[in-house]
Parts: sequence; structure tokens; C-alpha cells
Amino acid sequence: MTAPAAVDASRDADLPPARVGSDHHRRTALGRLGWATTAVIAAALVVIPIGMLASSILTPSTDVWREQWQTRLPGEIVDTLVLVTGVGFCSIVLGTGLAWLVAAYRFPGRRVLGWALVLPLAVPGYILGFVTTSVFGFAGPVQTWWRDQFGRDAWFPDIRSMPGAVAILSLTLYPYVYLPARAALRDQAGGAYFVARTLGASPSQAARRVVLPMLRPAIAAGAAVVVMETLTDFATVQYFGIDTVSVGVFRIWRGTYDRDAAAELATLVLVLALLAIGLERVLRGRARYGAAGGQDAGIVPRRLGRWRGPAATVVATSVVLAGFGAPTLQLAVWAIREARGDRGTPLLDRYLDFLTNSLTLTITTVGICLVVAVVVTNARRFAHPRVVGTANRLTAVGYAVPGPVVAMGVILAVVALDDLLGGVGLGLPGVVATGSFVALAYAYVIRFIGPGLGTVESGLGQVPDEITSSARALGARPRTILGVVHLPLSRASVITAAVLVGVDALKELPIALLLRPIGFDTLPVWVYNLASESRFEQAALPALSIIGVALVPVAILCRRLDRRPVR
Amino acid sequence: MTGSALAIDHVTKAFGATVAVDDVEVTLADAELLALVGPSGCGKSTLLRLVAGLLAADRGTIRIGGTTVDDGTRVVDPERRHIGLVFQEHALFPHLTVAQNVAFGLRSLGRSERDGRCSHWLDLVGLGSYGRRYPHELSGGERQRVALARALAPAPRLMLLDEPFASLDPNLRAQIRGDVVELLRATGTPAVFVTHDQVEALATGDRVAVMRAGRIEQLGDPTEVFHRPRTRFVAGFMGDASFLPIARDGGGAMTELGPLDVPDGNGERVAVARPDDVTFEPADAGTAEIVGAEFRGPVRVYTLRLASGAIVHSARSHLVRAELGTRVDAALVAGHRLVAVVDEHTATGLDFDTCSDPD
Repeated sequence: MTAPAAVDASRDADLPPARVGSDHHRRTALGRLGWATTAVIAAALVVIPIGMLASSILTPSTDVWREQWQTRLPGEIVDTLVLVTGVGFCSIVLGTGLAWLVAAYRFPGRRVLGWALVLPLAVPGYILGFVTTSVFGFAGPVQTWWRDQFGRDAWFPDIRSMPGAVAILSLTLYPYVYLPARAALRDQAGGAYFVARTLGASPSQAARRVVLPMLRPAIAAGAAVVVMETLTDFATVQYFGIDTVSVGVFRIWRGTYDRDAAAELATLVLVLALLAIGLERVLRGRARYGAAGGQDAGIVPRRLGRWRGPAATVVATSVVLAGFGAPTLQLAVWAIREARGDRGTPLLDRYLDFLTNSLTLTITTVGICLVVAVVVTNARRFAHPRVVGTANRLTAVGYAVPGPVVAMGVILAVVALDDLLGGVGLGLPGVVATGSFVALAYAYVIRFIGPGLGTVESGLGQVPDEITSSARALGARPRTILGVVHLPLSRASVITAAVLVGVDALKELPIALLLRPIGFDTLPVWVYNLASESRFEQAALPALSIIGVALVPVAILCRRLDRRPVR
Repeated sequence: MTGSALAIDHVTKAFGATVAVDDVEVTLADAELLALVGPSGCGKSTLLRLVAGLLAADRGTIRIGGTTVDDGTRVVDPERRHIGLVFQEHALFPHLTVAQNVAFGLRSLGRSERDGRCSHWLDLVGLGSYGRRYPHELSGGERQRVALARALAPAPRLMLLDEPFASLDPNLRAQIRGDVVELLRATGTPAVFVTHDQVEALATGDRVAVMRAGRIEQLGDPTEVFHRPRTRFVAGFMGDASFLPIARDGGGAMTELGPLDVPDGNGERVAVARPDDVTFEPADAGTAEIVGAEFRGPVRVYTLRLASGAIVHSARSHLVRAELGTRVDAALVAGHRLVAVVDEHTATGLDFDTCSDPD
């Protein structure tokens, strides 16, 4: 300070006070209740449909269960368990193995493959599924060629089978394990691996005894997402002739519109999801590693030998090709052939309709998710943090609930609301029971707000509490702080959240199939319908657009993967 | 403004089972600077946050400039308390320029007046030409000054500073501390400093409040708190101290080093001996022995074991050199008198773990 002794205090006294007469605006301790209330309402809107679905099992329709139990249900349960176990196991092996390969060894192409291995995440199962079944199916080019070579009765593995479904779902879902495993290897295990080596462990001993146990929580969390996605799916598995419980829900609902029966069956899916979450908790045990193990000394990758190096390259490359390269190429070939075909492109004019539908739904979902996420994360700063924190965890719970459960829960909730309003003479317009845009968007928000909320939360977490406190001491009201301080400072995370939610919404198929209003087809629904009728060439263009959009969050995830941990 | 700048009356705040602030009572006169000092976790930051309105008291009353802002049930939001708040990490808004930061609390003013006041305050803190810079382009000391200007610009009724100098380079700290105190005095702004550094507390406060386990253990002016500590904890926390048992004989009281005054009052008491109270002379028949020495630049602090086995420290000029094991006669420095303090615990050293609140 230049000359504080010469400060003219009287001049300051002449200045009018900045804020006058606000002493009497006294608020009670409940004055910040508005923020907490909003967060609690948001949580309630998410939890109520799921709760209604869960409680529907308390009044079971015995005849439905008896009929189901005598017909399809036992087979559906077995298939679901086999599928989930198979996909979970294969994804863990693929995801962890590839993460360790890239982190611990040097081989040709390691750097590029490190992020290319995330690419299969951009290909939804229902797209990889129909490409694979058409190429490797009985009428497809591969089997035709095979029969030409080895005769009409030459044996060929049946792609439309349980192993086929497990392989396809694993190929699209293993990045959910690969990504957290890579991150954990980078942030946590490096130092511990190094220490284990100095204590005399060989690289493989250190990997087995130190690194793998440290990765366990990350792997378990990733595997839980894989299981959830597998339980949600009832489109991909139908290409393979697999009947899961989710397929059963879909069949009952779209076949008979018996919402109680469909909802009750969906509780079974919920039970399986809860089992998966419970298993994840058990696997994670009491482990809370955080950054334990040290961040500084990462694992120094070792060079692989003359043959093993290229072998590693081949293994990793073939996974990327199978999960991303080949299907994309095949779709491109089909799309070009379709564009040049004699028939012209009779469905291309409808492409815009479907795109508009998809975009309307996506933008609505993103808009609602962002507003809710921003408000409830800010509520945590301005209202009781524990109450709001609990509410926000509940708001995010939809991401851990399979799609059919969310969809049937929303149907129950909307019907109940309709009855309620009808009771006071305010009927909802339209056909809520058979699906409306509102119900569809509601289900999308429940299902996809989780990652958006998490991203915005971590973005606001970067803004120190002292910044908020300083702004309040300077006379800014919470609403002002949200707009002038918090939003500008967490803008990047809000944008990221929009992308993550938007892409999830754009490529979502199961909920759309269950809830879409008649005539409201999204891009994925269109792809699914065309593929179900084996019109692969016409499905190619919309499928490629979905993959193209899905590449955006993959790029974001790749960038996070490369970022060094910030202290 | 009549009445006190700040009145904290029987305020209590608990987090679950932990009582962070326990029935605290403090008043602050106009233009007074109060240093709130204590070990980490003693509740001093919690108390500051209660005054700021970032937390609500469970019981008790807080008044700022005569206005009740918290009476245990009704709480005035921080944005309505007319306070200035400065944090250790300064908490400047990183997306706003220096000038926009300072102008943040002046949004209710017209543009020209706001700009005028903003540049007035930037000039005052010597950063008149820095208005267009961003916080990340400033040094730690400059950020500190912007934070101060931003907090003072709306003319707050009370400044609250939470470890304001802890993040600064030690070489800068004393100078910036002096500047800040001068600015607060020049503007006549009453202030509460929170610090864990007893040197800082003694240097900045008109009065010093020593906190421990949620309670104010002693409140007084710096010399009083340092030279006439009330308890063993205060004596030990505010500076090097050794403790000697007191023997009562007839009307007076004695320690191994000499007589002392024992004030009235109950409780077990011990005498406090600070290094500057104690001197020694080498003597072949001395009853004490030098058992340790620590070089501290201006002085060398010797550790003496007295005949009874009690340990005291003695700070001597660096010109005095004595070897370990030397027999010496220990005595009080002429003019110094030992004081007796309440011996609330018999453990040696400081008892930090009685405090465990999360601040």
C-alpha cells in the first residue's frame, strides 16, 4: 500500500453507505427453504415413479404371474442371468486387460490405441447388433462365402445365439470398465506399484497383489454400469433371439397395454438391478482409496518383445475394429449403395421428420436436466447441505435404474396423476396411458439427469466455498450469485453436462420404444424398425448419424483420460 | 453509531456431538481490532462464520452495530449484514477483473459513483493501475490487497478476516499485516482477525481473545494476555513457557527461582517462566545444569534442569556461550516476576486434541 498513513478517512465517511435501510429485511432460519424445497421436489419427481413401480409388487395380479410363470418367465430369468453374467464377465476381462496392456506396456501404436479403445462406446448395441447379425447371419456374405467354399452343410457358429449376444454387448459396453480402470491406474496405482517393486515384487506380482486390488473399486463401478445397460436393453437381444425379462416387459406392454402386468414384471428387472448394485458394494468392500498410492510416480510402461509387441497391437486393434471400425465401414458402404441405388431413397424425406423428433426430445431433455442440475447443485451451497445432498443423490438415482423400470414407473405415475386430476375435474388431454411426449420426456429426464447432475456438481465443486461466502458478504443474493458468479465459473461443466445428457438421450432406444406416442419415431426407433425388417441399407444413414453424434462425448472422455491429475 | 460494533452474547454452536463454539461472550468497541487466536479446531473459524452469517447459532445472540442478526431462531442472511469478509485464499472472483471484483459490492450504486469508489479504493491499496488485470495475473500480496479493497469498498460495519495472512510469503507477511492494520484504523472499521499464529495476534489486535475447545480462555490486551496469562494453556500457547510448582509458606508463595504473587482464586496453580525471565551464571557448585541449547539467531535458548528436576528455558544473547553439562546457578532476570496460572491439566505440552471441530 502506497501511503496508508495518509488515508483520508473523512473522505470515506462522506461517501454514502452502499446499502441503505436493508436492516429490517430480516429472514428466519427457514429463509433459504426455497432452495431446499426445489431440491427435494426434484428428488421426489424422480423417486415417486420408481417407488410406485416397486410398490406395485405389493398388490400382485396372481393370474398374470401364474400365466407368466407357466410360459416364458423361467426362461426369461435364466436368459437374463446368463446374459448379464456373461456380459459383465467379458466386459471386466476386456476392459481391465486392455487398460493394463495400455498402461503397463509399450508396443507399436500404444498411444493411438489408448484412446481408440474408447471408440466402441459410440456404437450403440442395437446398431452393432444388426450389422453383425446381417453380415455373419445365415443369409449374410460371410456364411454364403463359407457355404460356397465348404458345401451347403458346412458347420458355422450360429451368430444368433447367447454367445453372439454376449459378444456384441461386451464389445459395446467394455469401455465402461476400461475408462475407470485407466483413470485408476493413472491416478492411484502408480505409486503403489512402484513401492511394491522396490519391496522386491516382480512386475506381474506387483500387478496381481497391489494394482489389481487397488483397481477393484473402479472395475466394480464400471461393471455395475455394464450390468445396468445390459438389463435395460431389450432391442439388441431380440436380434439374437434372446428373451430377457426386459423383453418380456416390452412384449406385455406393447402387446396388451396391460400396464399393471408390465409394471410388475419390471419390478423383477429392478430387483436384478438392485442385486447388481449390492454386488458392486460387496466387491468394493470398505475400500475408499481416493488418491492413495501416490500420484507422482506413475507406472513406467515396459517395452514388449519383438513378437509380443506386435501381438499386443493386433489384439487391441482387432477390438477397435470389431467394435467400431468394421461396423462403421459396413454402414458407410450400405449408405453409399443406398444413395446410388435405383430405388432412389424413398425414406430420405422422412429422415428430417425423425431427426426433428429426436432433436425436440433431446433438447427438451437437456434443457430440463440442465436447469434442474444447476438449481439443485446451487441449492447445496445456499440451503442445508446435508438435506440437499441427500435429495440430489436421489435425483441422480435414475441412471442406476434400468430403462424399462423408469418407463413403466412413469406410466404408473402419469396415470395416477391423470386419475387425481380427473377426480377434481381436470382431465389430462390426450392418451397418457399409451404414451405422450410429456411422459416420454419425463422418463428421459429421470434416466439421464444423473451424469448431468454429477458433471455440474463437480464443476461447481471447483468453485471454493469462500468465493460464495465472499459474494454473499458483499451483498449479493443467492440468485444473483448463481447468475453472476457460479454459472460463469462452472460454464465448461454445464456444457459438458449438456453434451453427455444430450447424446445419451439421442441414442436411447428402449424407453422410446416403450413410451413413444404413436407416430412419434426417433432416429433410433427408425433404425430399429428398419433393421428388424432386414432393410439394413436404409437403416445405414440414420445409424451413422447416431454414431457420429455419439462420438462427441467419447472425445470428451478421451480428453479426460489424457489429462494429468490436477492438484 | 451508538453501542458496540459487535456483541456476541452466550453464543453456542454444535456440529452433532461436537460443540464447536461453547457459550462465547465477546463485545467489540467501535474501531476496535480483535485478534481471535487458538490452535486449529478450537472453534475460532466457526465463531467468525457465525458472525458472518454463514452458519446459524444454536443459542445466543449476535448483534452487529446494534442490530440483532442472529438470536438463535431468526437469522439475517450474510448479504444483509453489512460485513466485509476476507479469506486466507482471498477468494477473488477469477472471472472478473480487479476493478470488477472491487465493484462487486457496489452494484446498487450508479455507474459513475461506482467507478469513482472503485478507483478510490484501488488507489488506497496502491493498485490504481491494476484495474483491468485478472486475479491470476497478480502476486499473492496484490491479491490480498484487492480482497481487502473489495471488502472495504461497500463501507462495511464490521470486517471479518479469516487467517488473512497465512497464505502469504513469510517475508511479506509482517509488512502487509502492518499495512492492513493501518488501513483498518484509518477507515475506523472495527475488525475481527482469526489467526492461529500468536505472534500475529499480539502484533495486530487491540485486544486478543485466546480460544480453546470452543471457549474463550482469556480476553485482554496483548501485553496482559502475554504477561499475565490466566491459564496454563494460554501461557503455553502465547509463547515459550516452562511451568514450576509453587510452594506456599506462610503468607507468601515461592518457586524454585524466587517468590511470586499468587492472585486470589481457587484451583491448582503453577508458575510460568518464560525464557526471557530466566538467566544463569556458571558456578561449580551450581544446583542447575545445562541440558540443551538451541540457536535462534538473535538469542540462544538454553534448557536448564533445576535441582528439583524441573526444566526451564533461558534466552541469552548469542555472546553467551555455555557448554552442555555446565553447572550453573539459575535466577530470575532483575525486574521480572513470575506469574501464577490455573493449572487445568497436568499433562506436559499443549493439549490440542481437546478440540476437534472441523474448522
